[in-house]
This record gives sequence, C-alpha cells and structure tokens, in this order.
Amino acid sequence: MSLLADRIATARGEGRAALIAYLPVGYPDVDTSIDAMVAAVGGGADAVEIGVPYSDPGIDGPVIQQAVDVAVRAGVGMRDVLRAVEAVAAAGAVPVVMSYWNPIERYGVERFAADLAAAGGAGAITPDLIPDEAAPWLSASDEHDLDRVFLVAPSSTDARLASTTAASRGFVYAASTMGVTGTRATVSDAAAKLVARTRAAAPDLAVCVGLGVSDAAQAAEVAGFADGVIVGTAYVRQLLDGHGRAGVRALSAQLAEGVRGSVPA
Amino acid sequence: MTTSAVRPTGERVAPPRPAWPDATGHFGVFGGRFVPEALIAALDELTEAYEAMRVDPAFLAEFAALQRDYTGRPSPITEVPRFAEHAGGARVLLKREDLNHTGSHKINNVLGQALLTKRIGKSRVIAETGAGQHGVATATAAALMGLSCTIYMGEEDTRRQALNVARMRLLGAEVIPVTTGSRTLKDAINEAFRDWVTNVEATNYVFGTVAGPHPFPAMVRDFQRVIGDEARAQVLERLGRLPDAVLACVGGGSNAIGIFTAFVPDDGVRLVGLEAGGDGVGTGRHAASITGGTPGVLHGARSYLLQDDNGQTVESHSISAGLDYPGVGPEHSYLHDIGRAEYRPVTDSEAMEAFALLCRTEGIIPAIETAHALAGAMMVGRELGARGDGGRGEDPPVLLVNLSGRGDKDVETASRWFGLGDREHVDPGAGLDEDQRPTEGAVTSGDAVPGQAAGEQA
Ligand SMILES: Cc1ncc(COP(=O)(O)O)c(C=O)c1O
Repeated sequence: MSLLADRIATARGEGRAALIAYLPVGYPDVDTSIDAMVAAVGGGADAVEIGVPYSDPGIDGPVIQQAVDVAVRAGVGMRDVLRAVEAVAAAGAVPVVMSYWNPIERYGVERFAADLAAAGGAGAITPDLIPDEAAPWLSASDEHDLDRVFLVAPSSTDARLASTTAASRGFVYAASTMGVTGTRATVSDAAAKLVARTRAAAPDLAVCVGLGVSDAAQAAEVAGFADGVIVGTAYVRQLLDGHGRAGVRALSAQLAEGVRGSVPA
Repeated sequence: MTTSAVRPTGERVAPPRPAWPDATGHFGVFGGRFVPEALIAALDELTEAYEAMRVDPAFLAEFAALQRDYTGRPSPITEVPRFAEHAGGARVLLKREDLNHTGSHKINNVLGQALLTKRIGKSRVIAETGAGQHGVATATAAALMGLSCTIYMGEEDTRRQALNVARMRLLGAEVIPVTTGSRTLKDAINEAFRDWVTNVEATNYVFGTVAGPHPFPAMVRDFQRVIGDEARAQVLERLGRLPDAVLACVGGGSNAIGIFTAFVPDDGVRLVGLEAGGDGVGTGRHAASITGGTPGVLHGARSYLLQDDNGQTVESHSISAGLDYPGVGPEHSYLHDIGRAEYRPVTDSEAMEAFALLCRTEGIIPAIETAHALAGAMMVGRELGARGDGGRGEDPPVLLVNLSGRGDKDVETASRWFGLGDREHVDPGAGLDEDQRPTEGAVTSGDAVPGQAAGEQA
C-alpha cells in the first residue's frame, strides 16, 4: 500500500494531475507554518511536502534558503515536523516529509521511520540521498510501509533511471531542470523529455515534476505530461511577502485549477 | 615503536596506493556520495576520466613537467634548530610547501584538476575558497590553461583575506562573496555546488580539499601525496631514518593527507593532524571536527562534523580562515577510527604563539593555518622530551611538519592580533615578546604611511 500512489491514482481517475505543495516547517514559526500547510490543503493540494529545515540546503535557491534559515536558527527539529505531519493528515491530504539526509541520520533512521509512520506520514523525499547510499532507509521504509521518493534529473542515464525508479515507491520526483529550486519564467522542454524517459524505465510508477513550477499556467502545462505537479518556491513566496494563510490558500486554488488543465484568467 | 620500522632496510620501489576508498568512494563507513541525482552523471564522468588520466603516461609527463617548471617542485625540507629549542629538544624539519608558486600546497591539486578539466572538454572552472589560497591557485591554473574561472568565497573571508581577493581578480577570476549562512567556507561550498548543478554542462568544479563526494577525496589525495612522497625520501636521505612523527594542520585535510599518505604503511611513524581549536574545544567556539564533532553527512560525504541535535551544521570558529570549516575529509575520519592517525586541537592563541616564534627564530612567516601544525610540533616535541622516549638512543626525536603555506595573506590578521600597525596602543595577543627591541633603522608601526602617501614621500 502506498498513500501517495493511491492519492495520485485518485487524481488520475478524476482526469487530472495531483497537486503537491511544499512548505518548510518553522517559517515564520512552527504554528504559522502548520496553519499555512493546512491552508494549502484547503485550497486544493492533494499532498503536502513538509520541509525539514536544514542548515545547508544544497538544491534550494535563495527564496527557500531565506525561509529555512529562520527555522534553523529557531531550532526547529523533527518533533515539530511530526506535528506538521499529523496536522496535514488531519486536514485530509497526504503528508510526505522532504528532508536532506543528515537530519534523518541524526534523528536515527529507524526511529524516524517508526515515528513518521505513527504520525500518519506517507514517507519521505530525500533530495541528497541516492539509492546507492540508502541501504538503512530502504530497510526502515520497507519495515514501516513508507513511501520513499528519490529524484531523477535530465542528466540521469537510462541505467540510473532504471535503478532509481526501482528503489522508489509512491512516486519518483523528476527535477525538471538542471539547477536549484526557484521560480522560472518557462517550463523547460527537458521536463517532458525526462518524464517520457522515466516512464519508459518504470511504466507503473507515478512521475511528479518539480523545480520551477510556480503558476497555474505552468501547472497546466506540466499536468499535460506528468502525474503530479510539485510547487515550492511560489508557496514560500506567499509567506515571505506577508500574504499568510490566505495567500497560500489562494495560490493552491489557482494551481488546483491548473492541474485540471484550465488556466484561470 | 620498533626500530626496524623507523630505519627501513630497503627503499620501496613505488609508493603504494592505499587500499581505500572502495570503488564507490567509501573509506570504511565514511565518504560516499550524498548529492542530488543531477550531479551523479558529472561525478561519474569525472571519476572515469580521472581513472584513465592517472595512469596515462602523457598526462603523467605533462603533470610532472608542470610541477617542476611551474610550481617549482620538489619543495625543499628545512631543519629549524632555533625554533626546535621550543619543542622539547626534538629535531624539527619543515616540508616547504610555502615555497611553491602561489604560496601553498593548493597548487599541487589544482594543476591536476585543471588538466582533467581540459581532458573532459570543459571551458569553465569554479571553486570555493576559505583562506583564498585554493582560489588563488585555481585562478592561476585557469589563467595558465585559458579557462574561465569563478571563485566563491564567504563574505567574512573576503574581509579576512583581502590580499587574496585582489590576487584572484588580478589573475582574471570572478570572485563572488557569499552572504548566506555563516558567510565562510561552508557556505562558499554550498554556493559552488549550486552553480555546478546549474551549469554542469560546460563547468568543472575544482574542489579544494579531500572532502566532498567521490571522487574528490581520493583524487585530491592522489594529487597532494607528492608532498609526503618527496618528504619521505628527503628525510631518509638526510637523516638515514624516518621521522618519529609527521604533523600537519587539518581544515578539510588536503595538506595533511598529502604528507601522511606516503607514511601510512610505516607503522612506527606517528601521524598527527592538528585541528583548529579556536577559543578552545570546551567553549564550543572551534573548528575541530574530529576532536569535537560526531559522524554525519555534509557536502556530499559522511565524515565527522560539527552538528547539533537536529543535525544542523554548527558554525565553526577559528582565527584561520582556511581551517574555519565544520567538516573534514572522510579519509581522516577513517584514519582516526582505525587508530592510524591522531587528531588534536590547537587554540588560536597556541597557533599565534607558534606563528610568532617561527617568524622570529627562523625568518619564515607561515600561514596561520600552518601555525597550528607548528604549535602541534611544540606540543608533541615537549611531550616526547618530557617522557625521554622519543628518540633512538642518544638521538633526539625527529618531527616532520608540513609547512603548508606562507603567511603574506595573514599579515593583517597577525598585526591586529599582536597589536602592530595601529597608532592606538593595542595589547599584544599571546605569543609576541614585548621586550624585543626594534630593529635599528626600522620604520615603527606609528610612522608607517599608507599607499599613495608613501609614494609621495619617496
Ligand atoms: C596554507 C594552508 N594550509 C592549510 C589549509 C587547510 O586546508 P587543508 O586542510 O585542505 O590542507 C589551507 C586552506 O586554505 C591553507 O591555505
């Protein structure tokens, strides 16, 4: 059983792509960040990618860095993340943790898997962990029936697409461009090509696209070729610019139309 | 310690390459690749090209010629008896990497990686730098080989090492001050990785130390091991025996691995790495990753690092920009865990005392990074002297210290520490002998005239 795969299949049954919203725990503070996640669900997100703050976020651009830096300095940790997981589950969306590897290793891989499962989390996205280094996480996630989402990139060889998708469960995260998180004016052609290559390697695994998708038009475009659309920086922007819960909810509502293929005027 | 290990009967034919890392870059549990998938193809390409290059006779000839004619290798060893008086009666020999072109060991690695960059057909190099020595070396190699060059440097370090920023710009490199996080080396590495993942098609990342994802720790070690290969032969030739201990400062660990590697099979030779102890490991304000840290993952590899309970990297502190790094290369973590090398902290004050001592006893201004190794030699020498068991019979113990770099870049930091060069009276920091009489005819600090005014007076 996979919570993420089920939810993505439900969306597909409705003739649309799934909407996955990223927000980090602890910006501007823990409670407000959890409220924002719930608001993202209220606006129509199917899943929330719950960001674990990390001091050295290697694939994040300046917007996410700025928000996460606040949370790191405030000492936000896995206990707060697990609270967010419970809140997102209670709001009716699928919670999936997104964490660089060191916070999980430090918390304890087995303990993380057990606590995440107990909190109702689907699993984890690990942007700097490749399956080759993931032996303890592969066994802990098996034991607790958790999804594990690895990344593929335009530079991945066919052999790596095969091995990475084989190790993934729930969905595989297709990084649409070579680069870091942030909003971009256009969706690169690399994204569609990567999704096609990934599907060829793993026909039964859902492929969701992230990195640089920020508005309904881009969401609609990506929904045309992928199973799910992941939006991060644009959500964080809402909070950084002071639009709060209402801004997050409104963005979700627009993106939710986007993943249904229609672009609000 | 056995005498046979210290007086080898026959010289080894070719220096043995360590049995580690394994094919996927692991030194025991350390090392590996903890990077986004987007970089794996580039790391695989580098690994493959490097494995082919390192046994290619054409490369080996070109590399050897550059080291000889451009860097000035082999670097000499210098015995420093007046300094050694402060090291418990041990004999102290310095391996003079400060005499290399650009002034430190960093050039050894950079020339290798620049040749590799050309071999894989890339036209741009990027690098991180702390003290600026690796940045200067990379900018130098880029100028030499016609590559375009961008250097990431923490904003805090651009201030501490302003001389090197100017040098890099003179050499045609773009220097980008990094304003995220602690604004030091750690954050410069993050920015360099972000640049690399975005521009990987035409860009090679010339990593400056034996840390980072595979293949960097092994490749940089291979390029730096010339230090120890030369020094081992030089000490044998001069003294007819091996040293009792080999000492080096450890930031990421490249100069230390460089001098250690040749000696790893020599069981009787102690290998001592000196970490930056800052205000003291007990204060929490330090950069001693092995002495004061725990295993974890940072910058693409598993190794010892300074981290908190949430797995956040803790900011490091050191007077030395080049050692001000909360991580360390995975091979050092491994050598520590198997007990083959020992790691000790040296505080800012201890390092600055050794810095001043070498200046005044031997006429050599070392880099502040290097001064940590010199302080280690004073410490180890005194311990051996007090125990009376360091040497062979009547012979005093022999300490080989890697003099990894020269101190030109640190003159301002040292002047501030010692209270020189300021019209206001500043209390000198530890290490400066206040009674020393000024050299006759010397311009005292209060009379010094800056820049343009100096020209007008002349
Ligand atoms: C002279 C000198 N020594 C040592 C270091 C520390 O680096 P590593 O530990 O890699 O030798 C630096 C770094 O900038 C340096 O400039």
